[in-house]
Amino acid sequence: MDNETKREIIMENYTHPLNRKRMDGCGYYKVNTNNASCIDNIDIYVKFENDLIKDITFEGEACAISISATSVMINNLIGKTKEEALEFIKEFEQMTEGKTYNSELLKDANAYNDIYKQGNRKTCATLPFRGLQKAILENK
Amino acid sequence: MNREDFPLLKQDIIYFDNSATSLKPKCVIDKIADYYTNYSANAHRGDYDLSFKVDQEYEQTRTLVKDFLNAKSLEEIIFTSGTTESLNMIAHGFFEDLLEPNDEILLTTSEHASNVLPWFRLANKLGVKINYIPLDDNYYVTLDNLKKVVTPQTKVISLAGITNVIGDKRPIKEITEYAHAHNIFVVVDAAQMIPHMRVDVSDLDVDFLAFSGHKICGPTGVGVLYGKKELLEHLEPTNLGGGMNESFDSPDQVYLKPLPTRLEAGTPNIAGVIGLGEAIKYIESIGYTKINDQVHNLRKYLISKLLPIKYIDIINLESDSGIIAFNVSNIFSQDIAYYLNKYNICVRAGNHCAKILKNAVGVTNTVRISLYFYNTYEEIDNLVELLSDYDKIVKEMI
Repeated sequence: MDNETKREIIMENYTHPLNRKRMDGCGYYKVNTNNASCIDNIDIYVKFENDLIKDITFEGEACAISISATSVMINNLIGKTKEEALEFIKEFEQMTEGKTYNSELLKDANAYNDIYKQGNRKTCATLPFRGLQKAILENK
Repeated sequence: MNREDFPLLKQDIIYFDNSATSLKPKCVIDKIADYYTNYSANAHRGDYDLSFKVDQEYEQTRTLVKDFLNAKSLEEIIFTSGTTESLNMIAHGFFEDLLEPNDEILLTTSEHASNVLPWFRLANKLGVKINYIPLDDNYYVTLDNLKKVVTPQTKVISLAGITNVIGDKRPIKEITEYAHAHNIFVVVDAAQMIPHMRVDVSDLDVDFLAFSGHKICGPTGVGVLYGKKELLEHLEPTNLGGGMNESFDSPDQVYLKPLPTRLEAGTPNIAGVIGLGEAIKYIESIGYTKINDQVHNLRKYLISKLLPIKYIDIINLESDSGIIAFNVSNIFSQDIAYYLNKYNICVRAGNHCAKILKNAVGVTNTVRISLYFYNTYEEIDNLVELLSDYDKIVKEMI
């Protein structure tokens, strides 16, 4: 993926994020995810149906990297099973650590494949994934 | 000015986060290295020359701090790890024994976490109440607003001398005068005050005051708790241990040393204290007048350059310190900080540990620039140039 494409994915998802809305109640499970070292702070709402992730929304205040990564995550993981989602999250984290990962699986989330070079932004990109992972593990 | 004193400034870095911590001049670094290199014995073990030298240097700093603050005696100067520890000692060691259910503590909504959470704990533990002095339209504290919320139950007012988000100076002397006439104690968090103005505890007549060394060009991990002697006598030590006791045989036979040693249990941060002494000498050698003239002129210059930029919203046009808090329209403050970091400019984004201020200001997060005397007009020009190009910000913020 070239830099211009990465930039487009990040900016598009930042300026027009998917499912940015509060879903208190309505059968959604809410988790908060935040970074100790910066001010990103996001609530993630997940609707499970048995093993399936039916819907994900979010609300919060965070930087361009965090917001866009949340949107990309939502776009990729709605309709997936819990196991598939955990696998995706694992691969995403591998990527942000600069390790070998399944780039085919991550699709447009490959836009963050350089983030491991910026120590202080790595946690911004992984923030929503850590939140969703928590929600899944708490609903296993 | 005085840039040549700061080794870090030899790097290609523009440092605008002075409210978080100030840079360290070579004389302070050398003083600390000298201790570790040439006489790194423990304090208060005067049996040999090396340790005697440590005592001399350590206690000399206490004299320096006493004179710096114009305190009445050396017993009123306690070395701590910083403002946070000092404030916790005051709340926990003094007021916990004094306050009763339904007593009231007065704070403001723009206090730093370290001047809020210790009081919250007391509120939960003792059933005392927390009230807030309302801020005026500029987020300033006024004596009139204080008078509106003082009640017969008010026992203590704890507030910053200068705040860390807005940078406003509080009328401490007037507050103390009024408070004492109503039998209310006054605690001052001077962390942001000490870098910018002469703090005269006798003139201000405060009961307790706390500051950190690292905000005035000193080392991290060291600070001061000032208290009036007759009050410190009643401050229960948080830490018990070596150095602070006279003798002990059994639980009912523990005898503690007099002030100030009683409140400094364990091996202190010797290098830090000695370094703090050097920092105070350094600040005094420049003088607050020169420091402030420079900071105020730089701030005025920066404001004049930012004002014409339409998409920049400055939160605090007025300020008594070197702080400018602002936001860039439609861009998260942290993205601005990341953008500037690409050009080696260090600024802070966030709520700056004043989490309840957002309700008053209506803004959760800001970009904060905090200036000190070694900043320059050229550095400001560099910053402003980067902030003047909105498209460039958007392009480079990720």
